[in-house]
Amino acid sequence: MLFKKYDPLKKKVFRVLGQEGKIVNKDYEPAWSDEELLAIYRQMALGRIADIKAIQFQRQGRMLTFVPNQGQEAAQIGPMLALKKTDWLVPGFREFNALLAHGLDLETAYLYWYGNEMGSKYPENVRALPVNIIIGTQINHAVGLAYARRLKNTDEVVITFIGDGGTSHGEFHEGMNFGAVLDAPLIAVIQNNQWAISTPRAKATKSETLAQKAIAYGIPGIQVDGNDLFAMHAATKEAAERARRGEGPTLIEALTYRLGAHTTSDNPDLYRSEEETAEWLERDPLKRFRIYLTEKGLWDDDREEKLQAELNDQVLEAFKKVEARGAVAPEDIFRYTYEKMTPELEKQLRSLREYLAREAQ
Amino acid sequence: MALMNLLEAINHTLDQQLTLNDDVVLFGEDVGLAGGVFRTTADLQKKHGEKRVFDTPISEAAIIGSAIGMAVGGLRPVAEIQFSGFLFPGYNELVTHAARMRNRSRGRWFLPMVVRMPYGGGVRALEHHSESLETLIAHIPGLKLVIPSTPYDAKGLLTAAIKDNDPVVFMEPKRIYRAFRQEVPEEEYEIPLGKARIVRPGSRITVVAWGAMVRETENALKLLGDADAELIDLRTIAPFDKETIIDSVKKTGRILIVHEAVKSFGPAAEIIASVNEEVFYHLEVPPARLTGFDITVPLARGEHYHMVDPKRIAREIKRMLSLKA
Repeated sequence: MLFKKYDPLKKKVFRVLGQEGKIVNKDYEPAWSDEELLAIYRQMALGRIADIKAIQFQRQGRMLTFVPNQGQEAAQIGPMLALKKTDWLVPGFREFNALLAHGLDLETAYLYWYGNEMGSKYPENVRALPVNIIIGTQINHAVGLAYARRLKNTDEVVITFIGDGGTSHGEFHEGMNFGAVLDAPLIAVIQNNQWAISTPRAKATKSETLAQKAIAYGIPGIQVDGNDLFAMHAATKEAAERARRGEGPTLIEALTYRLGAHTTSDNPDLYRSEEETAEWLERDPLKRFRIYLTEKGLWDDDREEKLQAELNDQVLEAFKKVEARGAVAPEDIFRYTYEKMTPELEKQLRSLREYLAREAQ
Repeated sequence: MALMNLLEAINHTLDQQLTLNDDVVLFGEDVGLAGGVFRTTADLQKKHGEKRVFDTPISEAAIIGSAIGMAVGGLRPVAEIQFSGFLFPGYNELVTHAARMRNRSRGRWFLPMVVRMPYGGGVRALEHHSESLETLIAHIPGLKLVIPSTPYDAKGLLTAAIKDNDPVVFMEPKRIYRAFRQEVPEEEYEIPLGKARIVRPGSRITVVAWGAMVRETENALKLLGDADAELIDLRTIAPFDKETIIDSVKKTGRILIVHEAVKSFGPAAEIIASVNEEVFYHLEVPPARLTGFDITVPLARGEHYHMVDPKRIAREIKRMLSLKA
């Protein structure tokens, strides 16, 4: 079994698709059809371009603070492909691709970063909690959700994501520990993108790997090449099988890199070198996937160009809709505080409406 | 009907809700095997099984955080924080998620969850075991705060809290857990949240209290004999029943708030501000509050200075009644 073979204490990293786009671990090459492989590449490329465009919109003053995901597409999409639509995603805040891969539409995903809470009102069929800004807290939500779904006699599993920086948080410990004690059907993916804003991974913990923290909780932990979609998929698949069998949580550390800034308000040039970023650009998850497809005869420059144009249109179309419906009605900021508005809230809303009406005159 | 004290009424209510609704689960530190440090949850694990009544590690963030996830997952979790003074590691979850989930998801997710915790002083306890932290809950939009003062109310309010579709913090005045017994009906009943109770009607002064302070005020009124005071048990601190208080002040022209919590920025400040906004010209004398001092709750040997007791309440009511309108 995978988790026995890749002992995090021996610093063994699980890899299937190597940096040069070659399969390095035949046993785990997925049996996807050509169509499926192309659809996966399209999903990654959509995430990439949606990210680039969001930053452009932000620079144009049309979008608010955005959290870039570039470089982490495989670490997010790979795991989601290993799960069912009836499984649950509990994201942190850098899981734009995971949300899209789990079925969230781009328009809704954008709307949140546009500054409208309606962007967290996901469609009924998308089993995901909204973007979670408070570091570490999502682990405990995922634990409770996983426990509840098992108590309800389903075989659903819950996947949650956290960053390397998030593992320093007390709630990471409380959640992993409690989840393990409960044997909760939980998969926790650490996107180790090397940086917690300006704090490097080495200053976050003395542990040699983040995956080895699993040992203390008595659960399997594995270090995976996070820019390798096949490896992320295979590790998650085994973790999900364990969870469905009632064997409890698994901790997956995805070794990846945040190619962009922490947020659109951050300037990474202040704390990290160009050489480092250039080195990780060579390990770009999209690049190696493209090489793999090309060597299979499924991809070429023309197709790439055509795809980019299509996705570009798709993204512009989605953002146009966001701009058209982005405004918030005054009652919306009151009416969801409780199931029913309290008399006091009704009074406060009335006073706001009266003020707005007077101002409009 | 059975005679029950506050603690027995809570145990009975939890038992009844666990029996009537499969979605109710109960968990916290030492609530299962041991039945709680106060024995509030005694025998419930034996009766309802380890999957629905269970012990957690000493992890308040995990207790409240996982309750949030359970509520999303279709359960009605009732989580216990052993003492309100231990809330803080879990306070993050309460404020940053429990209170906001309905709003931030625009109603897509909501959290039918209850967080129970014993609170308040007067039991000569260790440090951090005697606080009254109402303001820290009541100040947060999205949370409800309920405090019972009698066994009968404890059942009706806790039942309503468990059935409520928003997160409710249920603070239990541990000082009166075993103070007195009252008839509590066996059948299920609810007392609506957000509604105060007029404990006794009166026409000369309005006194608002909750939790253990209701009994202290009743004892103060006994000391006074015929004060003709209207005593209101607030029952729900957030959102509070402004209407009942306002109606009472219109009648009496005097208002005194009694609470254990420290004075500055305490619940009395909000109640008095509301009275001033709504019925300022009905007031015959300045509104007053009798509260804990703005100090850290003293350890047992000094606690009596800090606690509001019937004598102090009686003296304050007398003073207010002696003021000329």
